[in-house]
Amino acid sequence: MSAVPLQSKSPVTEEAQAKAQGSNYLNAGHTLASWLLTKDHKRIAVLYLISVSIFFAIGSIAAMMIRLELTSPRGTLMTSETYNKAFTAHGVVMIFFFLIPAIPAVFGNFLIPLMIGARDLAFPRLNLASWYMYMVAGTMFIVAMLRGGVDTGWTFYTPYSSIYSNGEVTLTLLAAFIAGFSSIFTGVNFIATIHKMRAPGMTWWRLPLYVWSHYATSVIIILGTPVVAITLVLVIVERVGKIGIFSPELGGDPVLFQHMFWFYSHPAVYIMVLPAMGVISEIMGCFSRNKVFGYKFVAMSSMGIAALGFVVWGHHMYVSSQSMYQGIVFSLLSYLVAIPSAIKIFNWALTMYKGSVWLASPMIYALGFIGLFTLGGLTGLYLASIGTDVHLTATYFVVAHFHYVMVGGTLMAYLGALHFWWPKMFGRMYPENVAKYNALLVFAGFNLTFLPQFVVGYLGMPRRYHYYYFAPEFQIYHIMSTAGSSVLAISLILPAFYLIKSLKSGPIAPANPWGAKGLEWEATTSPPDKHNFAGIPVVEGDVYDYNAEEEERRLRGERFDGYPHGGADQTPTPKEGVVK
Amino acid sequence: MNFPIVPEQASSFALEYDALFYVITGLTVFFTLFVFVMCMALIIKYRRGSNADRSNPMHHNTLIEVTWSFISLVLGLGIFTWGAKIYMEMREAPDDAMEIFVIGKRWMWHMQHSNGVRENNELHIPIGVPVKLTMISQDVTHAFYVPQFRTQFHVVPGRYTTMWFKATKTGRFNLFCNMHCGTQHSEMGGYVYVLPQNEWAEWMKNGGNRFKAAPKSLAEAGKNLYEEFNCASCHGERDGNRAPSLYGLMGRKREFTDGSSVVADTDYIRQSILKPEGRIVKGYRNLMQPYNFSEEQILSLAEYINTLGSPMPAGTSATAPANPTAMNATPITGAPTR
Amino acid sequence: MALGNLIRYKRKQEVDAVYEQYEELGQQQETYVLGMWTFLVTEIMFFGVLFVAYILYRWQYQPYFFAVHEELDYKMGALNTVNLLFSSFTMALAVHFAQLRKKKQQLLCLAITMGCAAVFMIIKYFEYSKKIEHGLLPGPNFVWTGEGVPANIAQLFFSLYFCMTGLHGIHVVIGLFVIGGLAFMVATDHPAITDYVPTEMVGLYWHFVDLVWIFLYPLFYLMPR
Ligand code: HEA
Ligand code: HEA
Ligand code: HEC
Ligand code: CUA
Ligand SMILES: [Cu+2]
Repeated sequence: MSAVPLQSKSPVTEEAQAKAQGSNYLNAGHTLASWLLTKDHKRIAVLYLISVSIFFAIGSIAAMMIRLELTSPRGTLMTSETYNKAFTAHGVVMIFFFLIPAIPAVFGNFLIPLMIGARDLAFPRLNLASWYMYMVAGTMFIVAMLRGGVDTGWTFYTPYSSIYSNGEVTLTLLAAFIAGFSSIFTGVNFIATIHKMRAPGMTWWRLPLYVWSHYATSVIIILGTPVVAITLVLVIVERVGKIGIFSPELGGDPVLFQHMFWFYSHPAVYIMVLPAMGVISEIMGCFSRNKVFGYKFVAMSSMGIAALGFVVWGHHMYVSSQSMYQGIVFSLLSYLVAIPSAIKIFNWALTMYKGSVWLASPMIYALGFIGLFTLGGLTGLYLASIGTDVHLTATYFVVAHFHYVMVGGTLMAYLGALHFWWPKMFGRMYPENVAKYNALLVFAGFNLTFLPQFVVGYLGMPRRYHYYYFAPEFQIYHIMSTAGSSVLAISLILPAFYLIKSLKSGPIAPANPWGAKGLEWEATTSPPDKHNFAGIPVVEGDVYDYNAEEEERRLRGERFDGYPHGGADQTPTPKEGVVK
Repeated sequence: MNFPIVPEQASSFALEYDALFYVITGLTVFFTLFVFVMCMALIIKYRRGSNADRSNPMHHNTLIEVTWSFISLVLGLGIFTWGAKIYMEMREAPDDAMEIFVIGKRWMWHMQHSNGVRENNELHIPIGVPVKLTMISQDVTHAFYVPQFRTQFHVVPGRYTTMWFKATKTGRFNLFCNMHCGTQHSEMGGYVYVLPQNEWAEWMKNGGNRFKAAPKSLAEAGKNLYEEFNCASCHGERDGNRAPSLYGLMGRKREFTDGSSVVADTDYIRQSILKPEGRIVKGYRNLMQPYNFSEEQILSLAEYINTLGSPMPAGTSATAPANPTAMNATPITGAPTR
Repeated sequence: MALGNLIRYKRKQEVDAVYEQYEELGQQQETYVLGMWTFLVTEIMFFGVLFVAYILYRWQYQPYFFAVHEELDYKMGALNTVNLLFSSFTMALAVHFAQLRKKKQQLLCLAITMGCAAVFMIIKYFEYSKKIEHGLLPGPNFVWTGEGVPANIAQLFFSLYFCMTGLHGIHVVIGLFVIGGLAFMVATDHPAITDYVPTEMVGLYWHFVDLVWIFLYPLFYLMPR
């Protein structure tokens, strides 16, 4: 995409990039207040990055507790009640406080204005409010955990949650409710921004696929989240006020809760994965030096997933006493929603066709995503098939399925995004070689953790089970899984170290270290200026106008220093990334 | 250690179920390999610096898009149709199916055969006979799951649900509650015993296990009662929000809301069961209903409570073999109640 | 958004009407209106799911619901319907006068609208307190003496009634404050109010609140057998 800022001849001049070291959004104001009261989308993104990482650590600690406990069929560390609280905390934190906000609120906030050529999101105050809502919700959940925790599972099924459970259910539900508002705010903001704030020349068909996928995500957020919000309120009302909407004692229908919950929570899985798919599109394009294959199909498949995602919620309830025909229709529709995902997978793969594939760390994460998401999605087909789900539902097969799509899929993409845009966000490079091997380690550890769970699930190991001494043959798989999770843990802690270290001692990043296309790379410095662009960029030409052939020619012509565009002389030449 | 990778096939669904399962597995392996090989080939051919021809790159091709969408759709619809067929078989019980009633409550299963024979956490059925379960829950949602039968269904409060199966193999199979229902969800289970038809008839004639032999001890009878009346739904392995733990109760000093106190003995336990509203333990409300047990039953309960170990301090595991709702590999024996 | 404007008000001098992220006023206004509509979509989903729950239960318990609904006073409801419809009319007028920049008439219309909202809440207060007096508030103290209808179904009906009209009532109260804030800003010539767009956005919200009641009234008060 050629971008011509009105006030400068070339996209980012070298002086501008050099000046950016001294004056950028990160050091425009050093007081705490300048961060906590900021309306700058980039700073809010950084705030989100910090808070989301903290919640990921909390959720992970719960995950490791679960894994350690399950090595022995009778457990050794905790009571059943504690175990139930551990997996609930793990699920609630990972879903509501990590995965749903992770990519949209961190990278979406940071990148959407940059990608479409805007100075900020449409409603910066709403954006800040969204972060505060998130923090309030998160704090409430932490308080709930400190006061004893919850043991309902992240799905809060009634009547267990509304009548029987002893834990801090009300506080947790309130926290999830408020977190819902935080994501509604983000969704409203993105929709208004993408509709109305695009730079001149930035037509819909020139939007990066990342923006398309966030548009689809926002549509799901604004249509789905209010439903779950009100549903959670009804559970609170039932629990506190003894006013029953779902209580069977009042003639109510506990299964209605499940319908209302999954009406949001199935689309929510696409809230979690669509932004990740946007990330993969960007990375595949950049590191293949090629326009993403079938751009329009990929863009429209995001919208297709958003639309179809709303009509398949019943596939979580095949055995919950909905009528037989209802179940069969939901099964049919679940197969339809798999098609747009299939389109994306194949298009990403073909993006490398006639490209110039550079296996840098973000690319390895992206390829990892493609592999793991394919497997995760395909195992979703076992579950979408109504007949096979009857045996598999609520077993470890389901646990393995969703970890493949959420950890193998979204978490991989999140890490890919973190590595891809890290130089842009913080203006520093991390040690690329370490990052590359770490990406492979994540891949290996992940498979070791969750592949055995497919088998043990097929054997019939139910999820949310503390003990399994009555079926000792499951143990071997649990041991494998725990072993894998410790490899995974190492590979996930490592990036925290080298990324944080790079902030201080990493080489200074050029404006466009990867030679990527897109306004955020071509028209802003690293890190970007407080006002993003020197002037409002005018977009001419196509999106992803990479040229692999030219790139190769250029590579052959000159000695390549690892960062092909723009920064060679400013960068202490790092060894990694050199292609022989 | 045995190392199974597929579950036993013990019901009439299992064969066809597994066939479909392996077909989808084949498809999964095929597509995963397909994507993997395609990516690998492209990476190698077009890696940076390779001499591949990169002229005239292709950026879209509607024919390819339509082709792979169509192939995925057709394959998907194929699996869907087969799955739907299996599901319809699973949901529609044959007319001649033998009916058994199942009540789920936290955290036990209560089965009632049509001739009145009852069992807890166990189900004895004959091989080769279709069995239809009509199920309801007394409290929260549970799920009746027998992996070797490849089938399960939720047990919902306030409405009856049904499921059916025909066992094709004799033996003992795990019964799991597969819907999170609270603290002891993982232990809400037992076994399904599939017996040869003549043995099963014999079993039925003798009125099931519970009538076969007198209980070995008073404590064991008490344990049965304790399970049958689900005392553990309130009295856990340690003091809970609802009720105090009964572990190690005997001989401990009890303090009551009215300020009085007493050292727990058999008589105190008797009073607590017959008239729980009389003295309320400090820190608790009067949630417990009075139980009208016979003296013998109360004695057995007291005896059983006496065998319970000391209460679990928070944070330790509950491996106590006397765990009241722990499943027992041996058939439960006990006295008829009521 | 109205709230955003209020926060700005404190720093009246330093702001001009176009925020820095926008190019020009037109873009800003379009974005605001689009944002408002998006917000209303979330509101529709909020109420929508309750309506679905209501419809499902009514389907299941049609005759009982019919019998129970006679406890509601359809006259009071009708009064409130007329009241709200009228307030929607005055709100529309307020937008009209805002477009014509007739400040006095606009303020008058806003005041009448607020009056209607207050009257609505007062009538609701009487309705609610009568129900509560009769022990019809769902919960442990619910009493049902009606013939032929099981108490639990009656309670289910009133649970829905209180949840849905309650949520609507909360929206009316919010509307009351938002319109009040707007009127205050118009009256004091707040710099953020350069034209009719803020009034129109508040108007959109108020029409939505009105519309919800138009559905609630027949569903709860006027039930055909
Ligand atoms: C990121 C999150 C995410 C994503 C993207 C998905 C994607 C899918 N999921 Fe998953 N799912 C979850 C997260 C997710 N899921 C979670 C969290 C749960 C458990 C919730 C709980 O109970 O706690 C769950 C549970 C779940 C169930 C319920 C299981 C049960 O409890 O009984 C079902 C059933 O249909 C299902 C199906 C699917 C399907 C069909 C897809 C599809 O979208 C997948 C599409 C992708 C592909 C198919 C791969 C690519 C395609 C090809 C390579 C071409 C070949 C294709 C064909 C032949 C069709 N999922
Ligand atoms: C995003 C979502 C997400 C993620 C990332 C994970 C990650 C992991 N999950 Fe989990 N999981 C869920 C979502 C997720 N999970 C959900 C929704 C459920 C269902 C809950 C329910 O039933 O209600 C579930 C349930 C679940 C179970 C089933 C429990 C049961 O049913 O009884 C298990 C069991 O093995 C498990 C394991 C793991 C493991 C080993 C990881 C590992 O990937 C985690 C390994 C990672 C680390 C160990 C990280 C180490 C890093 C740090 C400690 C921080 C470093 C510091 C900084 C960054 C500052 N998860
Ligand atoms: C609905 C919950 C509930 C059930 C079911 C229940 N109890 Fe209790 N029980 C309580 C509560 C609450 C207390 C404490 C208040 C009191 O003393 O009455 C209690 C107290 C007791 C005590 C006195 C304990 C002490 O610490 O001093 C005994 C003994 C007892 N129960 C036995 C039983 C037996 C035996 C059963 C089953 C047949 C049973 N309970 C079923 C709620 C229950
Ligand atoms: Cu009963 Cu789980
Ligand atoms: Cu789903």
